[in-house]
Amino acid sequence: MPTAVVINYGLCNLDSISRALEECGADVRVTDDPAALAKATHLVLPGVGAFAKAMQNLKARGLDAAIRERMAAGVPFLGICLGMQLLAATGTEGGTEVPGLGLVEGDVVRLQPRDGERVPHVGWNEVHGTDGWPLFDGIAPGTDFYFVHSYHVRAAGCDRAASTPYAGGFVSALAKGNVMATQFHPEKSQKPGFQLLRNFLKR
Amino acid sequence: MLKVRVMPTLLFKDVGLVKGRQFVSDRRVGGALQAIRVYNMREVDELVFLDITATPDGRRPDFAQIDELADECFMPLAVGGGVTSLDDIRDLLWVGADKVVVNSGAIANPDLIREGAEHFGSQCIVVAIDVKPTGPGRWEVFSHCGQKPTGLDPVAWARQAEALGAGEIMLTAIDRDGMMEGYDLAVTRAVSDAVGIPVIASGGAGTYQHMAEAVTEGHAAAVAAASMFHFTEQTPKAAKQYLRDAGLRVRL
Repeated sequence: MPTAVVINYGLCNLDSISRALEECGADVRVTDDPAALAKATHLVLPGVGAFAKAMQNLKARGLDAAIRERMAAGVPFLGICLGMQLLAATGTEGGTEVPGLGLVEGDVVRLQPRDGERVPHVGWNEVHGTDGWPLFDGIAPGTDFYFVHSYHVRAAGCDRAASTPYAGGFVSALAKGNVMATQFHPEKSQKPGFQLLRNFLKR
Repeated sequence: MLKVRVMPTLLFKDVGLVKGRQFVSDRRVGGALQAIRVYNMREVDELVFLDITATPDGRRPDFAQIDELADECFMPLAVGGGVTSLDDIRDLLWVGADKVVVNSGAIANPDLIREGAEHFGSQCIVVAIDVKPTGPGRWEVFSHCGQKPTGLDPVAWARQAEALGAGEIMLTAIDRDGMMEGYDLAVTRAVSDAVGIPVIASGGAGTYQHMAEAVTEGHAAAVAAASMFHFTEQTPKAAKQYLRDAGLRVRL
């Protein structure tokens, strides 16, 4: 049984992702102890909220270093929503630049709405460009997932990147080596979301 | 493209769910857990859960109760009722809410919106605005479950809420609540056109046609309904089929 460690940095709803991972067959531990990350076969960094505050909390608990160490060791890692954004080199929430975990090239910027679009981007939207991607095994390209966010990652240098047609199009999922991330919430996306989590746990 | 959300609203009072008319909700409509399980099975877009006696009773949200419900809820969940502090917001997110709905607490202390957005992000702060018409093209915001006039104009209040960091507005027409005769399209449109954040139309849905109108004429991003799902054979899924046939984008 995979042991999924959900990294707690004190900002968000961790119940949903924990319950979803359990339903998908993982032994789930929620922790803010950097040492506990070593026990994980799979690491999950969830999150909603503010970039700067999240980085500050990760650093205060020594979790940033522990995450980098585990990633270097090749442990499969899934960042969700803010957890995806934190992987980037730089965040720009609130106008000031804040260094992120730097595991993915790129920065985090606010969605720029086009005609008639609203920000935050809230609700169900399509995820394209996922053909042949193991994380999306059994999920048709263009399937709707649940989003709730105002910022997105302008990612570069990834192995895979999926896109969602909003605000001119943005990267809604990415993979780089053992690092995977989704801007949407698989834990709230019902059947396709659970399928994605099961695919992740198979890694 | 982003889909129009159809959101069942669950009103919680004492021990179970209720639904009434014009904010007088005494009719029991079953248990909350049972309703959540049914909506899970039906894969609804999102659920709104409001504890309607918390504010009138002057108490905090019932976190233990919400924890239990959220554990069964594998769909996006917005929770409100009795939220007056940053601690309330944190604790609701902690027990499994994805979004927190603030209303009377934000009217009394608008900084609650700003603090909530700064700590947890705009995307999880939904500002509920309950309104009654006061004349042609004019409305007033009421707090405390429709009991207390506030003197606020909903358009001005929605703009202020957005400026403070609100991520969504849930706009409910008190007089239309439970009547199943249609949303207040004029106020929905006035508020939707005044802000750049999504507006959830609420109060008055009785038919799928009403939902389509809330989007096409009211410019709402999402539609909430309670009575039509509790008291008629109509379902969120059939609603979305109707909306799709009407040319709107939905998730089916």
